[in-house]
Amino acid sequence: MHRYKQFDHTADIGVEALGKTPKELFANAAFAVFDILTDLKHINPAVEKKIAVDGDGWEDLLINYLREILYLYNGEGLLLKEFLIDKIDERHLEGRVSGEPFDPARHRINTEIKAVTYHQAEVKEEHGMWQGRVIFDV
Amino acid sequence: MTELKKIDENRWMIPQTGNMRVPGIIYSNARLIREMGSDESPKQVANVAHLPGIVKYSLAMPDMHWGYGFPIGGVAAFGLDDGVISPGGVGYDINCGCRLVTTNLINEEIKDHLKDLIVALYHNIPTGVGSKSDLKLSANEEKKVLTEGAKWAVERGYGMHEDIDATEDGGRIKGADPEMVSARAIERGREQLGTLGSGNHFLEIEVVEEVFDKDAAAAFGLHEDQICVLIHSGSRGLGYQVCDDYLARMVKHLGEIEIPLPDRQLACAYISTPRGKEYLAAMACAANYAWANRQMMLHWTRETFEHALKKGPRDLGMRLLYDVCHNIAKIETFVVDGKEVKLCVHRKGATRAFPPGHPALPPQYSKTGQPVLIPGDMGTGSYVLAGTEKAFAETFGSTCHGAGRVMSRTQAKKASRGRAIERELAAKGIIVMATGRGTLNEEIPEAYKDLDQIVDVVHKAGISKKVARLRALGCIKG
Repeated sequence: MHRYKQFDHTADIGVEALGKTPKELFANAAFAVFDILTDLKHINPAVEKKIAVDGDGWEDLLINYLREILYLYNGEGLLLKEFLIDKIDERHLEGRVSGEPFDPARHRINTEIKAVTYHQAEVKEEHGMWQGRVIFDV
Repeated sequence: MTELKKIDENRWMIPQTGNMRVPGIIYSNARLIREMGSDESPKQVANVAHLPGIVKYSLAMPDMHWGYGFPIGGVAAFGLDDGVISPGGVGYDINCGCRLVTTNLINEEIKDHLKDLIVALYHNIPTGVGSKSDLKLSANEEKKVLTEGAKWAVERGYGMHEDIDATEDGGRIKGADPEMVSARAIERGREQLGTLGSGNHFLEIEVVEEVFDKDAAAAFGLHEDQICVLIHSGSRGLGYQVCDDYLARMVKHLGEIEIPLPDRQLACAYISTPRGKEYLAAMACAANYAWANRQMMLHWTRETFEHALKKGPRDLGMRLLYDVCHNIAKIETFVVDGKEVKLCVHRKGATRAFPPGHPALPPQYSKTGQPVLIPGDMGTGSYVLAGTEKAFAETFGSTCHGAGRVMSRTQAKKASRGRAIERELAAKGIIVMATGRGTLNEEIPEAYKDLDQIVDVVHKAGISKKVARLRALGCIKG
């Protein structure tokens, strides 16, 4: 199973993430953000951060989770590699992520993701698979 | 597909249907409409027409393309009492815009120094993804930037007072309240003041190639063969964070807008409510940050030219012609149905184009109309236009803002695979230095609409008039 698929929009990048469970879907969507952003094999999971976010439904929760993850890069300069969801329901999520501070000498930014948009965002369960669709501003 | 009815050669109407409150009007020509293909932006123009308090029509400029919520190139005005403000209708990069600097130099004088100049600019102005400035602001100092804008920079030695007069709104939107800006946004702004950023932002040395309107060009201080510098940048991470914060907040309270929105990214709040006012106060902060940002880069550009060419400021005569923003919402006065009314005009990828005699213009441009700066894509050059009465009457004093993408970034990367874009541009006599390897490939000229076509539409439609065209000589990018 692919963890995610990238699709194209005129000025931006979209992602369709997959998972057998909501936990897996959310972790894979977060993975997609950093897989697009940089080359993950150069990241050491040295720093761990706890994450807790709320939302008013699956889509909102996914967007808020990805916004939170992305802030760790845009605001705190962390490149993340590992994503774990400990607890999740439609309105709340708790998890952990790990990575290390961006170091221009060792890390390269391939595509800068600047924001997670609400545009055409969707989370659905089909034939036992969870799918999430999000468009990023790049 | 959204229905488009031709009004004339340069205007197309989207008839008012369903829950649209007003019709849509797209400024475009047959070729640009054809080239738009399956782009969904007309539908987005129609979606904007659903929003409460929208006045007259939902507009789009010829460089229109798909955005989220609002189309890029969209213009919409709302009544202050019954209308809404939408962070998505301003865009993430609040007060993304550009400024044009004229010089006393002609092409011949810098030809042999061009490479040195580009290299020096590249070293003196931080570019690229997450680029940081040498300056790390304290939170308190940053708050002064947010309330004072370009003036903050000038008072600290970055530029001259004349620069402020030649900046839209004097480089400062009133009503900015740093308390409305989140700690995260403040944090993101601390190290990025005076940085160009990445993506489509650039700093370009250009030469005036053709003058279309001699009188206006003279008033703007432009003549053929003259060297100019164009700076295109915005409010960096701070603006993004402000947009992101307020979008999330407004999405949470979507219930307050009585109608179902076709798209969550259109999330908005009534202008008259605390949430609406808070966003406007935060947006003003980000706009002011962007003006301080471009002001600092102007100062470093001047310094770089002085050092590289070993000439004094007087000889170089680097004068700010004008600075415009093209992602913004403004409270401005217009005449609607014979009455003067204050409206909140959203320009998302559109430029203000005020007519001759408008009180917002500096005296030197009161006869010509506002200078309008239209950057092209990397290596294309740019246009200088002038604002008109017709823009004031038809488009809430607005016109196009640039070339507008036609290819997605992935398509552009595919199209540029195996090519040496830097060398291709060099063959055309254009020197480009970029931080990111990907950027050059994503920003190839054919990824954008034809700038001449776009400017042709706004000129023929009369919502701005051509003054001069500039050709790119050298460019630094993120």
